[in-house]
Amino acid sequence: MTPKNKKRGRKMKSLAELEAIKNKIKNQVEVRRESDSSTRIVVGMATCGIAAGARPVLAALVDEVGKRNLSDVNVSQTGCIGMCRLEPIVEVFEPGKERVTYVKMTEEKARKIIADHIVNGKVVTEFTIGAAE
Amino acid sequence: MDFARAHVLVCGGTGCTSSGSVKLIEEFEKRLAENGLEKEVKIIKTGCFGLCALGPVVVIYPEGAFYSMVKVEDVEEIVKEHLLKGRIVKRLLYQETLENDNVKSLNEVDFYKKQRRIALRNCGVIDPENIEEYIGTDGYQALGKALTEMTPEGVIEEIKKSGLRGRGGAGFPTGLKWMFTANANGENGKFVACNADEGDPGAFMDRSILEGDPHAVIEAMAIAAYAVGADQGYIYIRAEYPIAVQRLKIAIAQAKEYGLLGDNIFGTNFSFNLELRLGAGAFVCGEETALMTSIEGFRGEPRPRPPFPANKGLWQKPTLLNNVETYANITQIILNGADWFTSIGTEKSKGTKVFALGGKIKNTGLVEIPMGTTLREIVEEIGGGIPNGKKFKAAQTGGPSGGCIPASLIDTAIDYDSLIAIGSMMGSGGLIVMDEDTCMVDIAKFFLEFTVDESCGKCTPCRVGTKRMLEILDRITKGNGTLADIDKLEELAEGIKSTALCGLGQTAPNPVLSTLRYFRDEYIAHVVDKKCPAGVCKALLSYKIDPEKCKGCSLCARQCPVNAISGEIKSPFTIDTAKCIKCGACESSCKFNAISKQ
Repeated sequence: MTPKNKKRGRKMKSLAELEAIKNKIKNQVEVRRESDSSTRIVVGMATCGIAAGARPVLAALVDEVGKRNLSDVNVSQTGCIGMCRLEPIVEVFEPGKERVTYVKMTEEKARKIIADHIVNGKVVTEFTIGAAE
Repeated sequence: MDFARAHVLVCGGTGCTSSGSVKLIEEFEKRLAENGLEKEVKIIKTGCFGLCALGPVVVIYPEGAFYSMVKVEDVEEIVKEHLLKGRIVKRLLYQETLENDNVKSLNEVDFYKKQRRIALRNCGVIDPENIEEYIGTDGYQALGKALTEMTPEGVIEEIKKSGLRGRGGAGFPTGLKWMFTANANGENGKFVACNADEGDPGAFMDRSILEGDPHAVIEAMAIAAYAVGADQGYIYIRAEYPIAVQRLKIAIAQAKEYGLLGDNIFGTNFSFNLELRLGAGAFVCGEETALMTSIEGFRGEPRPRPPFPANKGLWQKPTLLNNVETYANITQIILNGADWFTSIGTEKSKGTKVFALGGKIKNTGLVEIPMGTTLREIVEEIGGGIPNGKKFKAAQTGGPSGGCIPASLIDTAIDYDSLIAIGSMMGSGGLIVMDEDTCMVDIAKFFLEFTVDESCGKCTPCRVGTKRMLEILDRITKGNGTLADIDKLEELAEGIKSTALCGLGQTAPNPVLSTLRYFRDEYIAHVVDKKCPAGVCKALLSYKIDPEKCKGCSLCARQCPVNAISGEIKSPFTIDTAKCIKCGACESSCKFNAISKQ
């Protein structure tokens, strides 16, 4: 599992290069620090969620967070939230804010949530439970 | 590297490795692949989490679920339930983290609550075999800061201001040591060295730091080299620490590859190279002059001081020698400042100390506490108390160089000076807890046996004196001692203390002196009453069958390896004390508690 940087022949010559490695890996290591400031994205992964397609949604979320190198964002799963007909359900918990519940998620919708909500701070109202009901 | 939503941290310290954590990693890899999770879940082999008694330990983030005593058979359930469906497997959690069926943060658990992790900050958090993980947790930032923003004098000033004292045991101010080495004439070169020859029975903090966070020591040595004006360093580590040696080798190779060791680090004029030297495990090589003699390739024997290593060390050149845990504090002092460090600890002992908790205690393992924490907090709260409802009798600190702290002093706030005042010493950090079943004379004998074995033989007080002391102790534990023997022991002890050549001999009598100070009555019981109050010294014991309680089942007679027990079925049995070897097999086999030792 250890990344071996075999291709790396060049030695670092400045602090800026150290900083670059630190920033690249920071969001990786941060998953392991219990902090109150991080945003949690939780995917319902009970039988109902999985049957409705929660796994690709989860994978898409993980992929986007990784690609964008977002720090202080956790993606995790939870059990049945109780509204099986609206699965897959994704909830976003930002510190100090109301939680936002997205329903009937797909891969594409998940990617949009990362782009609009997590990165730019705009809740995607059309996907929320309020819009579905 | 891709983002992984979950991290499975498996302890790869020596404790958990020996309880099978390597097999767990293989099983996790297999099960994750089976469930198609291998790309989104990452497995990290870390250093020691500290709770060695509960190994193998597996921690899964972001939830921070702490699984203890995980078996290979449990892995499938953890993968399917926790990693696939997001349901923490409560059955396998460290039960202290469960409260009313809710999972608590690890930091709220008694074992971790009072700890403050500075030297151990990355142990159990990062992968020690991956330099990038270290860099991701501010690794090599302190070296960068020192080289580009601070003068060597500035670095030394900061360390002096921090009040950091040597964690190897003696507690010499680290900043002063650095200053002496910096001021020494170095026109023919200077060295920095790291003492990783941890030899005290029961101590394993240095090993755990090197296994869990080797770069912290490498980075600190580079900072030290910059401060004192050295360009070559040596880590002297015992060959008995194969995992630590392996991780250090990997870490040094990676640091070289990234240009963090070698010439012109960060494009500055500073160059530093580092090599390992393996010791064969002689205890005396933890003594600084013997250690350096050994690095030079000679038989590890101490020499008189002065000259001190700061002036004449390796190959007669000025050498800075610090212990592993001392180095592990350096980067944090440089990054956070001396004022931050002095805010932790007591007036004369700043910062934290790592202790290896062992002996008769529930949570055997590694703990890091602020100086000034009381022994009671360590034993009762962090350590979880004494198992089997037994009473706390004493704690031993400092290994064969230290002494005992009796139960009456359990509220002592632990720092360098308070321990010296009560006749013990900080030592490297072994803390062995003893309960009422421990014989203090026997303990003193145990440590003395160790020093007799490990004495290098160069000076007479240590070579002959400790041997004579051991002979007296042996007599006492066999019931042949006299009151005059106790006086002789004390006289010898004081003589050895003031005349031995090096620290090994000078401190060897400490276990005897401190047990005599606090448990003299036990020595007297051995000598006068020919009794061992704790029931440990075999020669002074006799096993007896209570005829009232004995049902005549013959179970004990069948267990006895020397056929010392005889009797008629259904009538009380008896033990032939002449034949009895006092192994205790009969006592533990009896279903009716009819057999006891006296």
